[in-house]
Amino acid sequence: MIYLAGSGHPGGSLSIIDVLTVLYFGGILRYRSEEPLWPQRDRFVLSKGHAAPALYAVLAQAGYFPKDYLWTLRKLGSILHGHPFNIDTPGVEAPTGSLGQGLSIAHGMALGLKLRKYDSRVFAVLGDGEIEEGNIWEAAMSAGFYKSGNLTAILDYNHLQIDGYIHAVKSPEPIPEKFKAFLWDVIEIDGHDHGMILDTLQSAAKRDPMGPPLAVIAHTVKGKGVCFMEDSVDWHGIAPTKEQYEKAMGLLDE
Amino acid sequence: MNNLVSSSPRDAYGKTLLELGKKNTDIVALDADLSKSTKTAIFAEAFPDRFFDMGVAEADMVNTAAGIASCGFTVFASTFAMFLTGRAWEQIRNTVAYGNFDVKLVATHAGITVGPDGSSHQAIEDIALMTVIPNMKVLAPCDSISTKRLITQASESRGPFYFRLPRGKTFEIHKDSEKIDLGKACLIREGSDMTIFSHGLMVYNSLLAAEKLSRQGIEAAVVDVHTIKPIDQQLVLERAEISDKILVAEEHSVNGGLCSALALFLARNRPVKMRFVAIEDQFGRSGSESDLLTHYGLDETSIFNKSMELFK
Repeated sequence: MIYLAGSGHPGGSLSIIDVLTVLYFGGILRYRSEEPLWPQRDRFVLSKGHAAPALYAVLAQAGYFPKDYLWTLRKLGSILHGHPFNIDTPGVEAPTGSLGQGLSIAHGMALGLKLRKYDSRVFAVLGDGEIEEGNIWEAAMSAGFYKSGNLTAILDYNHLQIDGYIHAVKSPEPIPEKFKAFLWDVIEIDGHDHGMILDTLQSAAKRDPMGPPLAVIAHTVKGKGVCFMEDSVDWHGIAPTKEQYEKAMGLLDE
Repeated sequence: MNNLVSSSPRDAYGKTLLELGKKNTDIVALDADLSKSTKTAIFAEAFPDRFFDMGVAEADMVNTAAGIASCGFTVFASTFAMFLTGRAWEQIRNTVAYGNFDVKLVATHAGITVGPDGSSHQAIEDIALMTVIPNMKVLAPCDSISTKRLITQASESRGPFYFRLPRGKTFEIHKDSEKIDLGKACLIREGSDMTIFSHGLMVYNSLLAAEKLSRQGIEAAVVDVHTIKPIDQQLVLERAEISDKILVAEEHSVNGGLCSALALFLARNRPVKMRFVAIEDQFGRSGSESDLLTHYGLDETSIFNKSMELFK
């Protein structure tokens, strides 16, 4: 997808794909791809919108649109924009891509769903570099204060941002303590262990909607599954060449 | 003119929101710690379950509003114009407007007439910031009656809106019996020698200037452009046909507000002789409402003098 598009973000898409796979195909998210706006659906917000290719892949697999569309990513006329856009893409709940905004949007959804008296849940995926944005912590304060227990934030903790390792650029650590200080519960997991992701998200989906929100800190590897992309900041925002693409697909098939 | 009564448009907003909330359980309101000033507190008291105070966090308020709206609610989000359009601009642009959510942004304390608080609180660029965003409709009612009508109409029309209201009271220009429609500018005073277009509290100053002009034998029409975007193209073209002399008066920077919108529209469609009464490229400062209007050349005398230039 990114190879054909000629640009995009492979590293952060690969680090979160395991979590998205479990969310959409592990029985966690309740959705109807044939009725994308089903009012009682659970909501998913990809706050780190640059991982759009990962989201589009699971949405296509879930049946929101034909898989052929994936090859039109980022092309003029495509319904698959470089970053998620709710108006054009079925299954996308909100526009994201400008970092720091998705958690507030997701929290608004959580409040709205409770006002509607639906038992629907909201899941948001955040990037670790992204939580350097102040808007994230405004949202964290709000969700903790309003006891939005129907909201779960999943942090893609791959330790890399564009300028380098997050601890070197401007560390947002300690992260669990920060969420706890804003009255969230926190769980840390291996973000590539499907069993562990499943158990955690299943318990998240059963939480008291009037209790504290949950932050799942998913320890991940940027570029996971493609050895030459793993833990490399160089693969944040570039597309592979033909040779690299073929090699990567071979590695992922293994 | 002398017998006009004055009232507070933000009071009218608060009361209208309450009425809308009674009729429609899908109306939700948010504020950023200024609910007593913006008057959303009236709604909050009646419907505590449908009101969320997001604290001093405008960016969070705007995105939260979009999230709630995505569940089928019509969400009103209010705070001062400076912090709503300035601090949360990108949230408005990238979430509310781009995502086309049903969020009504109603800002109070807009313009230079915030007064003594000074420039940090005087939004004189809010219309520019909002009109430049696609999907966004921009309104600046001149009095309580038009505020009530236009807020009600906006609540019935899906999608993002921006309303700017002043801190102080304004004279009631419109009558309860009058027809006021979103998107349709109101001809308040007839006159065939020139037309003054304005919005907000400048409509009253324009009327005062028109009376003064009349005494000089110049009959100026005055138009209340309560809807700045989309502009009422038909009425603007009609006025330009009647007289090719047009003055635009607004309590806003001369850049990016009604002055800019009309200059662009008329330059493209029917170039006329124009003059502008607005704040030149500068910041405001502390002062009383009337002293500031005089200092920044927004009073009736300034409108009169600039109008006379059209006849030289």
